[in-house]
Amino acid sequence: MTFPILSTIIFLPLLGALFIFISNKKNESSSAIYISIFTSMANLLLTFFLWYSFDKSFAGFQFIEEKNWISGLIKFKLGIDGISILFIVLTAFITPICIISCIISVKKRLNEFLIAILILETFMIGVFCSLDLIIFYLFFEAGLIPMFLIIGIWGGPRKIYSAYKFFLFTLLGSVLMLAAIIFIYWAVGTTDYTEIYKLKIAREYQYLLWLGFFSSFAVKTPMWPVHTWLPDAHVEAPTAGSVILAAILLKMAGYGFLRFSLGMFPIASEFFTPLVFALSIIAIIYTSLVALMQDDMKKLIAYSSVAHMGFVTLGIFTFNKQGIEGSMFQMISHGIISAALFLCVGVLYDRTGSRMIKSFGGVVNYLPNFSLIFIIFVLGALGLPGTTGFIGEFLVLLGAFKINYLVAILASTGVVLCAAYMLWMAKRVVFGNANNAVVTKLKDINFLEATILIVLCLVSIIFGFYPEPLLNTMDISVNGIIQNHQNELTVNLLNK
Amino acid sequence: MENINLIIPEITLFLGICLALMVGVFFKNSFSIVMKLSIIILLGVIYLILTNWGGEQKIFLDSFKNDKFSDYFKILILVSSIFIFISADQFIKDKKLNKFEYPIIIMFSILGMFFMLSANDLILFYLGLELQSLALYVLASIDRDNIISSEAGIKYFVLSALSSGLLLYGCSLLYGFTGSTNFDEIGVSLITQNTGAIFAMVFILVGLAFKVSAVPFHMWTPDVYQGAPTSITNFFAVVPKAVGLAIIIRFMDLPFKNIIGEWQTIIIFISIASMILGSVAAIGQKNIKRLLAYSSISHMGYALAGVATGTVSGYTSTIIYITIYIIMNMGTFACLYLMKTDGKYSEKIEDLSGLSKERPMLAFSFLILFFSLAGIPPLGGFFAKFFVFMSVIESEMYALAIIGLLTTVISAFYYLKVIKIIYFDDNKVKFDDVRNLSIKATIFLSCLFLSLYFISPSIIGSLLNELFI
Repeated sequence: MTFPILSTIIFLPLLGALFIFISNKKNESSSAIYISIFTSMANLLLTFFLWYSFDKSFAGFQFIEEKNWISGLIKFKLGIDGISILFIVLTAFITPICIISCIISVKKRLNEFLIAILILETFMIGVFCSLDLIIFYLFFEAGLIPMFLIIGIWGGPRKIYSAYKFFLFTLLGSVLMLAAIIFIYWAVGTTDYTEIYKLKIAREYQYLLWLGFFSSFAVKTPMWPVHTWLPDAHVEAPTAGSVILAAILLKMAGYGFLRFSLGMFPIASEFFTPLVFALSIIAIIYTSLVALMQDDMKKLIAYSSVAHMGFVTLGIFTFNKQGIEGSMFQMISHGIISAALFLCVGVLYDRTGSRMIKSFGGVVNYLPNFSLIFIIFVLGALGLPGTTGFIGEFLVLLGAFKINYLVAILASTGVVLCAAYMLWMAKRVVFGNANNAVVTKLKDINFLEATILIVLCLVSIIFGFYPEPLLNTMDISVNGIIQNHQNELTVNLLNK
Repeated sequence: MENINLIIPEITLFLGICLALMVGVFFKNSFSIVMKLSIIILLGVIYLILTNWGGEQKIFLDSFKNDKFSDYFKILILVSSIFIFISADQFIKDKKLNKFEYPIIIMFSILGMFFMLSANDLILFYLGLELQSLALYVLASIDRDNIISSEAGIKYFVLSALSSGLLLYGCSLLYGFTGSTNFDEIGVSLITQNTGAIFAMVFILVGLAFKVSAVPFHMWTPDVYQGAPTSITNFFAVVPKAVGLAIIIRFMDLPFKNIIGEWQTIIIFISIASMILGSVAAIGQKNIKRLLAYSSISHMGYALAGVATGTVSGYTSTIIYITIYIIMNMGTFACLYLMKTDGKYSEKIEDLSGLSKERPMLAFSFLILFFSLAGIPPLGGFFAKFFVFMSVIESEMYALAIIGLLTTVISAFYYLKVIKIIYFDDNKVKFDDVRNLSIKATIFLSCLFLSLYFISPSIIGSLLNELFI
């Protein structure tokens, strides 16, 4: 038997959380800090090793682990392909950054916060590894509990409202997915994704089931009419919570669309494409306009997240290589850049206690190093060539132009609007004169803050200039998805 | 000669009760000794049932039936009663309810339940039910100097007597229309169209729905839950509910097997109504026992959804549900025994505010228990609901499944409210430091089970697979 590396990566953070829980002492957090940094870094190294030993030329799932779980019904099945490996690496990469940012900025009940983050990491990696729908649902939903507590305990003034909204919106979407999953079990006879992929789901069922999955993923993405929980959750969550939310939790939905909606319901996906395009376009243009008018920096970034995720859903449903790879790239780039932007806002918030744009101005005169990094990320968010943001948006638009000019042109306006709100915010915060006497007394970023921000900055720029390692990893899996989609459609046409 | 071995557990329990009664009468301040004796008797009965496990035999003109199904439920109620005894010990003493009658009455009601579970005949079933109900009336008003407790007792008595009357009326109608009181014979004679028996079925179902507090026969639940002392509420929430569900399954599976078309609609309605009312009405509650009352109503709705399928997998899922429900409730009520300020037990939800700062472990237990009650994965409560919905969707009852899943979202709201009060609000009330190992052990075992259940979710299911015919 081979070493169960996926289970190790999933459950190592849980083990770390357990250790912190056992060694928990009041007002004493040094051991918790060491344990959490150690486990998250160990996990990061393990995922790098996983990425290194990952066979990029093999289309199917690798590192498959299988174990009887619910006897006779469901197997505990894990496995990864070129799409999930990137998300696993992203999760393992973002978690230590969150932990460090917690250590810098969280003042009360740090131990519990670290436990929550480590447990959340377990659930997030579990989502990307699971090959069984039930296991996927289990991890997908379980993440609600730690996130609810993170927003509720360490959040801002309206934390309770936001935590409730986050929890109930997501739960409401997800229970419909659960109904769809159970139905698939009885219709196909299994919830094993690889089996369903082979056996296919009958055409007449696909539409309703697609909607069941869509209700969950649309809330989580979030797509336009159900996006309202996101700005609230982002604004009220503590910095590390916002980072995890933006960088990883939202990506679960994109991953879900790509893997489950496209993989299992190709005909329904094709049928509902206009709906997804319409919602994505509305998300891109409407939320960009809303973002223009925000006073709160976190809220502005939250709305920009909705717009960026609009690009992701748009790209996924183009069903061509450029679109899907662009979406994947956009998700990873958004994971890095929005995480960094939230961290930057967190830096200002820790120092001044304010996130309002109008209470800053002229920051560059007092925090030059910070301003440099902040501007780099602002430019990354608006898709400046040379950062990861550019490649993602460019590929998505390329894919969209192949399908539908109107959609692509409308989506392109989002790029312009994004530049508008981002640059305008940067201008008001970083440049100009200091509106506020507080700003003049601020200290520049310290060593830890600088480290995490520079690491994120380097990753963004390196992959911006040299995207090959990422594209190379996902290439064959994306081809597989597109191939399967086209086969299904031809089979469907012939049957008609 | 009848094979008397089959009812040895019942005989032992009865003799044990008599012995405990004697001890209680002849010794002064005999509460603790009777309590210990009762626990030993219950353990002995568990042992007797386990040694005679399995098989299906009928005695006394086929009116008493011993099978794995009844054995499983007997073990379940015995184990939960033992946990109630040991975890509520401190509470009973503090409330000055430590009279030796308390364990004896509980054991009498358990004896009644034993006969209900093993009954294969309407008469024996009704006698068992009455024995159980009489004991429960006394239990509800055991704190007789307390006006709320007496009120609860009266309310429970009047309504329960009414429902028992309806049930008895149903039984007599059933005898009149089928000519038999034996479950098997009734089942056979109902193969032919029999409109009168359908009336009888409705009356019996009403009576049973009252016992499990399903909507629209739930009115007594919140008042009795609130009025009765917490340890009695604990018993009410767990044991009679489990037995009631078992009896519903028994009736639907044996005498009414062939009129499934008639009762299915009724149970679907009851189930949906319980789920909706239980989740909506709990939102405004300020007393934690009332909250748990409404929560139990909605839980009964989910459990009945499994019965509504009328399939073996549906019944199995209901039994899994009730087992996990019992474990969750044992833990939750054990937590209530720790809500004590200045020697007084508190029942207000707002007294829990900020508990996580003062008592992190208790708060964490509440967290696990309430998220589990809400059915959020990966905790045990999720799997209970999951198996029920699996069987409901298998039977193609999509509307029931969708409504059930949506009400879990509504009910999540009030469970979250308690979590919010515990974790997000500021501390107001300081709880006493209760050092009681048995309460903590109960909470610990319950939380451990719920949080580790995901490792092997089929553990109860595989146990039950051999239960059914």
